[in-house]
Amino acid sequence: MNYYDENDLGHFADVGKHRPDLFEKFMAWYQACQEDGALSRREKALIGLAVAHALQCPYCIDAFSQSCLEAGSHMEQMTEAIHMAAAIRGGAALIHGVQAHNSVNKVSM
Amino acid sequence: MSTALPVIQGDFGVHSSVAFDEKLAGYGLELHAAAIDTLQVNVGKLCNQACKHCHVDAGPARMEIMTRETAKQIIEAVRKFRIPTVDITGGAPELNPSFRYLVRESRKLASHVIVRHNLTVMFGPGLDDLPEFFREHSVEVASSLPYFLEHETDAQRGHGVFEKSIEALRLLNAVGYGIENSGLILNLVYNPVGAFLPPPQESIEADFKRELWSRYGITFNQLYTITNMPIKRFLDYLRRSGNEERYLRKLVEAFNPNTIDGLMCRNLVSVDWTGRLYDCDFNQMLELGVAPELPQTIADFDPVEFAHRRIMTGAHCFGCTAGAGSSCGGAVAAR
Repeated sequence: MNYYDENDLGHFADVGKHRPDLFEKFMAWYQACQEDGALSRREKALIGLAVAHALQCPYCIDAFSQSCLEAGSHMEQMTEAIHMAAAIRGGAALIHGVQAHNSVNKVSM
Repeated sequence: MSTALPVIQGDFGVHSSVAFDEKLAGYGLELHAAAIDTLQVNVGKLCNQACKHCHVDAGPARMEIMTRETAKQIIEAVRKFRIPTVDITGGAPELNPSFRYLVRESRKLASHVIVRHNLTVMFGPGLDDLPEFFREHSVEVASSLPYFLEHETDAQRGHGVFEKSIEALRLLNAVGYGIENSGLILNLVYNPVGAFLPPPQESIEADFKRELWSRYGITFNQLYTITNMPIKRFLDYLRRSGNEERYLRKLVEAFNPNTIDGLMCRNLVSVDWTGRLYDCDFNQMLELGVAPELPQTIADFDPVEFAHRRIMTGAHCFGCTAGAGSSCGGAVAAR
């Protein structure tokens, strides 16, 4: 069995099989989040792409890469969004270096 | 992300119209023409480019081009029935020896003339006067430019096409095309550079206007978004790249019943380089002629018989009904 198969994306609705009420609530919320609002669909798709990379979810990366193209973004913009995700992840790791410093300082003379 | 992913049944081609017609029936719709206001003339498959998405499969080696005799039959139909708009396409229609005849005679008959102009053809031998020719005859120019960036444009249309296209747009601007209040219309046509749907027309038009002006000082009137049709060269690409099933599913999934009223097949008749008649340029490339009970050639054409005709459909029709829809005049409905 493959853990990740691109065709599985098309079977997302199967997740709602045993509790369709919960899945329908999720889908309504999920789709409403992506509509034009104070942020445009294009901006939201770029946020989705960045978050997908931060989470390293292959389904979301695939879906939001398509969404970005279909919202009119180009690869330069998408790459900047991916760098934002990577930079925040990198920064989040690095800031914890302060904790290491604190830990070391605590037991050091 | 979708909750339902309907799949096109059977082979994808002219023989699988059932899925499309069933889809329409599911919404209580049928596809019939309205009054005919446009004769779309495809003068043949000869082109100076060989774009990867081309539904005509046009290119420099194609020999199928319209003769003067057929061009005369077209002009006779335009004269006899006072057809409001003549929309000339190809290939690169300017390479046909009868191209200027068709434009001049149509304009003499007071028809509005649209030329599907690929921009780079004006750099071919003896064609450098095209901007002036278009201006002299008040032709509406519709030109493909898939993106405002070089990488994307050349990926679809060939190496060096973007640079030449920008130069051609500058030359068209220089004679007044796309300039406010000049009365000379220059519209651009966006096709996705790959297996995905076009962005909303209004937002991508704003991007094109901003970027082409700030980067190159170019202006134009409108941008039309057109969906890549899964036939001929684009279908070959889909198959080679492993995108066929996914793209077809995407088109079906994005079916929008609000597009039906605005579909181009409802108001135009398409004629090929031999004079044969079709409901649209895509049906023409699939050799899916008009309904058999109708006259089949331009010599026998009568718009009264074609108004309200039933339109021949195929699974490719999902390409014109996906999302905001797609026509030679761009999107046709709200998403």
